[in-house]
Amino acid sequence: MNALLLLLTHPAARLVLWLVLVFAFIGFNAIILVWVERKVAGYVQLRPGPLHVGPQGLLQPLVDGIKLMGKQLVTPAQGDKVLFWAAPLLAFAPAIVCFLPLPFDARFKPLPMNLGLVLILAFSGLGVLSLCLAGWGSNNKWSLLGAARSVAQAVAYEVPLLLCVLAVAICTGSLDLYAIAGHQGAWPWQWYAVKNPLAFFIFLVCAVAETNRAPFDLPEGESELTGGFHTEYSGMGFGLFFMAEYANMVIVAAVAAALFLGGWQGPFLPGIWWFLLKIYSILFFIIWLRWTFPRVRFDQLLNISWKWLTPLALFDFALAVIVVSIRSMK
Amino acid sequence: MHDAFDSAIRGDLSSARFEPGPTEDKLILSMGPQHPSTHGVLRIMLELEGEYILRAEPILGYIHRMHEWMAEQKTYLQFIPNMGRVDYLHAMAWNWAYAGAVERLAGIEVPERAEYIRVAVTELNRISSHLVWWGAYLLDLGAFTPILYAFDDREQILDILQSATGSRLTYSYITIGGVYDDVPDDFRERCIEFVNRLRSRLPMYRDLVTDNVILRGRCEGIGVLPVDMARRYGATGPVLRGSGVASDVRRCEPYGVYDRFEFRVPTYPEGDAMARYKVRLDELEASCDIVEQVVSSLPEGPVTAKVSRVFKPPKGEACMAVEGARGKILVHVRSDGGLKPYRVKLRAPGFSNMSLFSELAQGVLLADAVSILGSLDLVIPEIDR
Repeated sequence: MNALLLLLTHPAARLVLWLVLVFAFIGFNAIILVWVERKVAGYVQLRPGPLHVGPQGLLQPLVDGIKLMGKQLVTPAQGDKVLFWAAPLLAFAPAIVCFLPLPFDARFKPLPMNLGLVLILAFSGLGVLSLCLAGWGSNNKWSLLGAARSVAQAVAYEVPLLLCVLAVAICTGSLDLYAIAGHQGAWPWQWYAVKNPLAFFIFLVCAVAETNRAPFDLPEGESELTGGFHTEYSGMGFGLFFMAEYANMVIVAAVAAALFLGGWQGPFLPGIWWFLLKIYSILFFIIWLRWTFPRVRFDQLLNISWKWLTPLALFDFALAVIVVSIRSMK
Repeated sequence: MHDAFDSAIRGDLSSARFEPGPTEDKLILSMGPQHPSTHGVLRIMLELEGEYILRAEPILGYIHRMHEWMAEQKTYLQFIPNMGRVDYLHAMAWNWAYAGAVERLAGIEVPERAEYIRVAVTELNRISSHLVWWGAYLLDLGAFTPILYAFDDREQILDILQSATGSRLTYSYITIGGVYDDVPDDFRERCIEFVNRLRSRLPMYRDLVTDNVILRGRCEGIGVLPVDMARRYGATGPVLRGSGVASDVRRCEPYGVYDRFEFRVPTYPEGDAMARYKVRLDELEASCDIVEQVVSSLPEGPVTAKVSRVFKPPKGEACMAVEGARGKILVHVRSDGGLKPYRVKLRAPGFSNMSLFSELAQGVLLADAVSILGSLDLVIPEIDR
């Protein structure tokens, strides 16, 4: 028994335990989030949304997931088998790693490390590789166009995203998400969303683009590319892309909550609830956007990034540097 | 000498003859017949360089149902249900064009009440058609929500038309000599109620959708159609009016009792997708005005002229043009004095409007081509006939 407890304190065992918990968290979140998305879409569109499976249709995403698992996995005849099936795994795997450094609570730290933010940004950058492989491995022209779009989009939107993240990191002097969140207080006026609204705005826009959500869902672009990079995927191949999309949404919302909304801190409620509440508020905003706006065109998308967001983010970054250096002079 | 693009088109029916692309930069892509934005079974062969379209060639015939041939096999009255299936979104206009042509052929005088009812149901049907277009076009542009609002409004029209005609989509209501049956007693109230409802919702659509900056970016300056090009291809309807030509059959050569009503023929000079969009939204209001005037001045009387059971129009030919939701519908009937038409020719506005696409889509992005295609408002069964 003692040996078992000793084993649990070992860092490797801890990591395994956290990974299992993260898996459960992602799965649970994906189910809830799909349900939320469909309910919000329903209310936006004058219809009730899922109703019949479980109370208020809560079990509908679960049943849909089981249906996806039961479907045949079809590989395109002329496609590259290895790349084709590596892509959905590669889409999903980095998302799991990204959950580890998130600051759920002051005492609830899956993976304490002082470069948590860098880890998340690095691994979320891998996502575009999976879209690229999916587009190439499918041997489908629509998929290829979708993949080409996703690469250009990811390059364009990572620049302003990193710049506004850096602006916050420079203010706190740390790349640790706990430190950054802890640097802010429990009240809104202590948050970076209020202190630096421009960075928050840029981050939100880039987050929507990075997760390929409407109005920036060009790699998918159903009415243009018939499904884009995932045109050829069936069953859980598609399911993994789907899960990865929702996992990525949770990650960007969590990072936004930690960077700009004070993380787990808030009055009255325990920290983890505050953190989830902030995450889901941002997610609600992203979902709301999707069901409201038309899709932008590809050149417009790049123009928004290179001509507006990147200069603005540079300006914001410069401003943050100046403010920090003036403060440190005193 | 044919290149790969030509052989891709020619190899259409025996699709085994596809050849690899000419160079590494060019992509030959078959858009449709099962593409979400080609609305049914239109197929477009595209030659792309990156996402820019070098050539676009529509391929038709996937829903060709030989309506014109069927007309020669049926009696005059039996052919009426076919007309509702040519353009299922504006079935009334096709009904009217065919019935009107046969009436001209046989010299039948239509009772006044029937003429008024025809105008009312055709305009209601036009509103429903434009609403479907509005929702579907925005769906093409990636806005998922408006179509449900449009269908909510359209549902009210379908309910009204169902109470009058018995069917919800493919009507056979307008028959030779009038309309099939009189409208129900509450027709007037329900029409007024609907018109008021739609009018109160149009400002919301304008604020939320038409003025949206992304939508404007996707429509303004896209697919600019000069007047001479529109004339060259024989474009009609909102597509022509979006290029600034106030051409409307209801105004230019009034049929029925259209000359008794006041209505606006909206035109916009820009000629882009946004102009066509605005023309259709304005036509919703114009049609509301007409419906209101019709139901408030609906005369009493019979709704059908006397037409003999064994209907044999005299030898000769006649044609009738009607303003459909997509443009000028023309039905030409030729009779040899027998029970069945000798020949019926259907002129579908969608065919001319679709022919514009090849030229309009040259050099634009794939996403813009979807926008242009949507702004032409094509109904493929009408084009294939």
